[in-house]
Amino acid sequence: MHAFNYHKASSVADATARLAASDDGRVLAGGQTLIAAMKMRLSAPSDLVDLGGIGELRGIKVEPSGVTIGAMTTHASVAASPDIKRAIPALALLASEIGDPMVRNMGTIGGSVANNDPAADYPAAVLGLGATVVTSKRKITADKFFTAMYETALEPGEIITSISFPVPKRAGYSKFKNPASRYALVGVFVAETANGIRVAVTGAGPCVFRIAELERALGKSFSPDAVSGVKVPATNLNSDIHASAEYRAHLISVMARRAVSQILSK
Amino acid sequence: MSVRLSMTVNGKPVSADVEPRTLLVDFIRDTLRLTGTHIGCDTAQCGACTIHMNGKAVKCCNMLAVQAQGSTVVTIEGLAKADGTMHPMQAAFRDYHGLQCGYCTPGMVMSAIDLLKRHPHPNEEQIRAELDGNLCRCTGYHNIVRAVQAAAEA
Repeated sequence: MHAFNYHKASSVADATARLAASDDGRVLAGGQTLIAAMKMRLSAPSDLVDLGGIGELRGIKVEPSGVTIGAMTTHASVAASPDIKRAIPALALLASEIGDPMVRNMGTIGGSVANNDPAADYPAAVLGLGATVVTSKRKITADKFFTAMYETALEPGEIITSISFPVPKRAGYSKFKNPASRYALVGVFVAETANGIRVAVTGAGPCVFRIAELERALGKSFSPDAVSGVKVPATNLNSDIHASAEYRAHLISVMARRAVSQILSK
Repeated sequence: MSVRLSMTVNGKPVSADVEPRTLLVDFIRDTLRLTGTHIGCDTAQCGACTIHMNGKAVKCCNMLAVQAQGSTVVTIEGLAKADGTMHPMQAAFRDYHGLQCGYCTPGMVMSAIDLLKRHPHPNEEQIRAELDGNLCRCTGYHNIVRAVQAAAEA
């Protein structure tokens, strides 16, 4: 990779200042996406601001109102958390299926959400649960956060500090793994929240998205059959060597049905 | 730019000046001359580079050495006792023929040790799922699974 200036930030304020003072600086979270990209020279920041030493960015807080996860909390920590397993088991399940055990020991929720990979799992949970992304500057609701492929509402120099998930009545996540990369070819997060049913799909389009028709159908009848009754269009879905848009549309139905069955089986 | 890097590796303190872009795997292999940790794919898929950092299995080809600043690192060389007695996992891989060319083996062993720490009595499905991050081209995984099962019962 190309050379860069390295700073280990002592606080969020310090990290923000370092970023502002750099030509083209980026933050380093777990590095599971960024380091790989830098090794291939797909990314070449002038400065790397390491968030790894900021203790207040790690941690899981579960209250009756919701679950707040620090941006630097690893996937392994979320997957193993007895508090999250109790409050939002689908979130722990989702985290446990990201990558592999070694990736989960380094990868972070903040990194995943800020990156917004079209096949990443966490965006489906953030959108599916109607979570709030808390940054160094403001709070951004899920519906406004994921804007385009690898793009979010974050402004330059803005750092995610935590993500707050309201506790749903019930939720489930089912993912069809790409057999080679184990990313989501299609992953569907279904949640019955205080404000109704939310269905968030990852892997199928350029960016995570909700399907209003499925949400309406499940609102009328929360059953796998209700999902089968909705035809998911292939328009604007990804078509690549792994799957055609039509197959992804089909997988959305299958994974949504499985997520609903998962919820009903508890 | 140069960073003064210090960490404990296989029980011994080590210190060196490194460029920030130095990968942890290159620090371990080239600076520390611990070449048991292998680079297989260099893209964080195959797991041949798996080591333990602060007690957790990580892929060190996908980390900067500076991310391990102040940490405790254990590589495959750090498993056997000073008198050469193998770690039970190493012995199991030997006894159950869990390797052929040996390239994936250090990563497999490090990963399997971490697996058993978290799941002391895994069933076959769990072993295969937890070794998802380690690829082997030779064995077809069958004897690797048997080795891990044997180590779990030891």
